[in-house]
Amino acid sequence: MSGSDDAVLELRAVHRTHGAGPAAVQALRGVSLVVRPGELVAVMGPSGSGKSTLLALAGGLDRPTSGEVRVEGQPLGELDRRGLAQLRRRRIGYIFQQLNLLGSLSAVENVALPLELDGASGRRARALAMAALTEVGLPALGDRFPDQLSGGQQQRVAIARALVGERRLVLADEPTGALDSQTGEAVLHLLRRRIDAGAAGVLVTHEARHAGWADRVVFLRDGVLVDTTAPLGSVEQLLSGSER
Amino acid sequence: MSIRHGLLALLERGQMYGYQLRAAFEESTGSTWPLNIGQVYTTLSRLERDGLVRPLPESEAGQRPYEITDAGRADLTLWFTTPVSRTDRPRDELAIKLALALTTPGVDVRSVVQAQRSATIRALQELTRLKYGSDRPQDLPWRLVLDSMVFQAEAEVRWLDHCETSLVRHQPSDPAPPPPLPADADASHAARWAGEEARR
Repeated sequence: MSGSDDAVLELRAVHRTHGAGPAAVQALRGVSLVVRPGELVAVMGPSGSGKSTLLALAGGLDRPTSGEVRVEGQPLGELDRRGLAQLRRRRIGYIFQQLNLLGSLSAVENVALPLELDGASGRRARALAMAALTEVGLPALGDRFPDQLSGGQQQRVAIARALVGERRLVLADEPTGALDSQTGEAVLHLLRRRIDAGAAGVLVTHEARHAGWADRVVFLRDGVLVDTTAPLGSVEQLLSGSER
Repeated sequence: MSIRHGLLALLERGQMYGYQLRAAFEESTGSTWPLNIGQVYTTLSRLERDGLVRPLPESEAGQRPYEITDAGRADLTLWFTTPVSRTDRPRDELAIKLALALTTPGVDVRSVVQAQRSATIRALQELTRLKYGSDRPQDLPWRLVLDSMVFQAEAEVRWLDHCETSLVRHQPSDPAPPPPLPADADASHAARWAGEEARR
């Protein structure tokens, strides 16, 4: 595939089938997608359309039945479990609806954890974690434990953990969860800012308002990409359209 | 919303002449509703005729400011305290289009739904971009206007999703041409509903 040299994420004709025989379910059927630096792609589609499967494959949490997934040019299929785990820790940030914060660790320890698991010194990991917490607007709450933080603050910690260090690929699955609309918007604002600073992102969402933050929106239906949108590019056209 | 009440609201801040009113109007609606100066003067003269504003002596520069009257203030208060009626809004062409698509032979309704969804999300992307770029405190009125458009667009997409789910549930998977008379209860309901909408 040409023109994808600078791709942070690339899916090439990816198929994923769960199970075998007559009970087999084809979750993805020949999906190709390229996400470049500075680009946020939203994935929309009804339940069961393959959105979460796509995200799991993109993040190396699952392997395709056929086709190829590359992160920063590295085919994930060529990595063994250890190599894959390392790439996930270093290169990919995940933001899920379930925050998965560890209750026995403070906010800054939660954020520093992936770096420490990757062999960074405690001091360096803590410094980077504090920088990430500052980026999400929580510089003063690093020593609090998750149960001492509001839902919105916990989500910010989870985002800081996804953004900490030099992650170039951010994968988000319904990241605003049950947050109120203002807090949810703040979360997307943070994500957008990191993307604008040069990361690449994939956002799975069923909320159109959130997909509005993306540069491109792709629609999945029954495991196939059926449509893609980019912004209108003409403010005047949009505003005149709103005058009905 | 009428330009009339927009101008009254602006004059409630203090006296202004035509060009000032136009600029203030556009500023407070984030230029979503551009006015030409002719519309401003036509509206001012109607407001004056109805006793809701009164002209003041011309300035040396030849500009004639207007001020709001007590009757104008009462009219404005009534406008602010009266909810906007949904029946005053334009008919929803999209709802009618989809209802008709369901009962028109040869129309791929899912494609109609998807085409609209793409277009609406494209608009949402642009609106979000505008919002992202306006985060100064003085941008608040403009941001709220944008939010209103964002939420309307979102509601439209949710409704389209709902339509699609209903189609998948209630339509046969084989896209055979529908019978001449809609036997399906949903389709006949949709057609009847569309008819009622069109008559309104």
